[in-house]
Amino acid sequence: MPLTGIQIFKLLPKTNCGECGVPTCLAFAMSLAAGKAELAACPYISEEAKAQLSEAAAPPIVTVTIGTGDRALKVGGETVMFRHEKRFENPPGFAIIVSDTMDEAEVNGRLERFKLQYERVGLTLRPELVAVKGDSGDAGRFETLVNRVKQNSDAGLILMSDNPDILAGGLKACADRRPLIYAATKDNLESVAELAKSSSCPVAVKASNLEELAQLTTKLTEAGIKEIIIDSGARTIRQAFEDQIVIRSAALNKKFRPLGFPTIVFPAAVTDDPMKEAVIASMFVAKYAGIIVLSDFQGESLFPLLVERMNIYTDPQRPLATTEGIYEIGGTNENSPVLLTTNFSLTYFIVSGEIESSRVPSHLLVMDTEGLSVMTAWAAGKFVADAIAPFVKKSGIGDKTKHHKLIIPGYIAAESGGLEEELPGWEILVGPREGAHIPAYLKAWQP
Amino acid sequence: MTFEIPKTQYSGQIREITLGTGNKAITVGGETGYPFYLFEGEMPRLPQIAMEVYDAPPDEWAPAALEPFLGVTNDPVAWAQKCINDYGAEMICLQLLSTDPNGLDRSADEAAQVVKRVADAISVPLIVWGTANHEKDTEVLRQVAEVCQGKNLIIGPVEEGDHKKIGASAIAYGHTVIASTPIDINLAKQLNILLGNLGVPDEKIIVDPTVSGIGYGIEYCYSVMERMRMAGLTQQDDKLQFPIICNIAKEVWKTKEVHIPTEEDPALGDAKKRGILMEAMSATVVLLAGGDVVIMRHPEAIRLVREMMAELTASQSN
Repeated sequence: MPLTGIQIFKLLPKTNCGECGVPTCLAFAMSLAAGKAELAACPYISEEAKAQLSEAAAPPIVTVTIGTGDRALKVGGETVMFRHEKRFENPPGFAIIVSDTMDEAEVNGRLERFKLQYERVGLTLRPELVAVKGDSGDAGRFETLVNRVKQNSDAGLILMSDNPDILAGGLKACADRRPLIYAATKDNLESVAELAKSSSCPVAVKASNLEELAQLTTKLTEAGIKEIIIDSGARTIRQAFEDQIVIRSAALNKKFRPLGFPTIVFPAAVTDDPMKEAVIASMFVAKYAGIIVLSDFQGESLFPLLVERMNIYTDPQRPLATTEGIYEIGGTNENSPVLLTTNFSLTYFIVSGEIESSRVPSHLLVMDTEGLSVMTAWAAGKFVADAIAPFVKKSGIGDKTKHHKLIIPGYIAAESGGLEEELPGWEILVGPREGAHIPAYLKAWQP
Repeated sequence: MTFEIPKTQYSGQIREITLGTGNKAITVGGETGYPFYLFEGEMPRLPQIAMEVYDAPPDEWAPAALEPFLGVTNDPVAWAQKCINDYGAEMICLQLLSTDPNGLDRSADEAAQVVKRVADAISVPLIVWGTANHEKDTEVLRQVAEVCQGKNLIIGPVEEGDHKKIGASAIAYGHTVIASTPIDINLAKQLNILLGNLGVPDEKIIVDPTVSGIGYGIEYCYSVMERMRMAGLTQQDDKLQFPIICNIAKEVWKTKEVHIPTEEDPALGDAKKRGILMEAMSATVVLLAGGDVVIMRHPEAIRLVREMMAELTASQSN
């Protein structure tokens, strides 16, 4: 359990010198407890207190970084069991497997599919990792493949083998890219730990159950290794699901450090059916995986998984918002209808989806309401005539339409009078309240 | 090092309610732990999947969604029978789309006759879902309740604005009501209380938290459902201990992403598989949050979800 402000206060010098930036030691303690200050800001803290405090302040689940630069993947660092309690911090990475026993065409195909990516609410959704498997047993061959993957993509890498010599071959090729070494087991722990230490790369531990897992991570921690990913070894859906929950709960609720690491899972280990594999992966997105290794990527499964991941990892306190502006849906012209809505991403998706399904090309005017939905923004005074009129004027929509008729959401019908007044030359039409009724409305609409 | 599995302290149980009548009646609920957390709680039975049937031929369905039902879409009775006989449906959800005043606006009389024909033709539990238009649903569902007296249909959505009249009919004719609120735990609790005050027995209420699919706000219903389960199971909130129903298929299959043909956007992969996976994954997510009845469409998506549930609850070999 993290220390409370009062517990921290007892360890501070209590001199109220103010050098940390806040006037009193008590205030500083409170800031520390809330995670808003760094212990290092206090110049007079004793070594002993420092040790006690940093032990208590260490996050219950370690954050691990794989890869370097823009594509570096950060996993772990989670602080809650349920997203509504705060938020989930670091979305799980998705990995595609390539093996040194695959032929060249297969490897190329996979590296090509690794590049699949999607734009949504102004974000780019894409996978992060390539897991390179040393199945051939030949370190040279493995090194060559790792090199090829490295040249071919900016992916984060996972080096997969239980043979330390093979792993060493892979590391030689890509240690500078901070790959994840997979895996240390009870049989190779010392040598793989040495590889991780000498290369300063994160390492995964694979055990056959949670108890053994805790023993292995303890040994690695004692050897000075901090960035660890854990694989409980479960290869049935039920056991893997249970392990994810128990690991998270042990780390957060019991502060059990030996399991306070992000996890790695392999949905393909329990099925050969890619559809089923994708559904299992969707379970792990919601329930706590740190890295999800898939046998392959296909658009039909990767896309929904990436979107699900974005959804589940959205901060419940900060709704996703889309960019303000004019969205042209279909082949619009100056006679096309003009609809107004807010920039809450869900509102935008629903309204734009309904316009698309109506097949009536339309201008959708999306106003920045700080990510609030139509009714919430209206109730908060952010989506009212006084705010909408200036936005419509500066949006430039006036130049794109001949008819100057603006369709506003049915829920803000009360604003139509005010808008008519503030937007001379415009006719304000009250559209449907529900998105589902937009297609019928648009089909009947005449300029 | 001894490692003890940390366990949640549960203090409540989800109510068990029975849907339908006779030997095909189905009991749902009864959980004493979070969904599929079998190491610390009981899940006496698997959640149920109800298959959708529409009361009018659907237009603008994605080809993948339509394909399994070709030939029966203009006959709700044949459609329901196909779901039961060919796809093993253990429950049917009749979506009364044609009663929508903004659409075909079919009369309550007509709708009630269709429901009665389907109800008489099948013996599995029948869910009857209106259009969420208060006036129309009141008219339609009251008539449905009357003509199907004693069949213990599951009727809804019953919202605060129409709960009195529909609730009273459900009580009078022995049906279960779907208490529907817009993704808000407090509103859900309030409606459950209102229905209780009206005299709807606890074992005749199932809760619809309003769900949406992946990409369309699934995170909202996910968290609302998790909060309901937390309140019901760990905080003794007996007004949030009702089973949950998720009308997810129609949300998934109306999205833009399931309608894009394979050749239009190759990065999105195979259109049919994409639609199936979007439905199966969305269903999986709401099941993990606490769904007890999930309304689904595509037989292949249903197969995937059934397998998933079976494996999540498979007996442990070690």
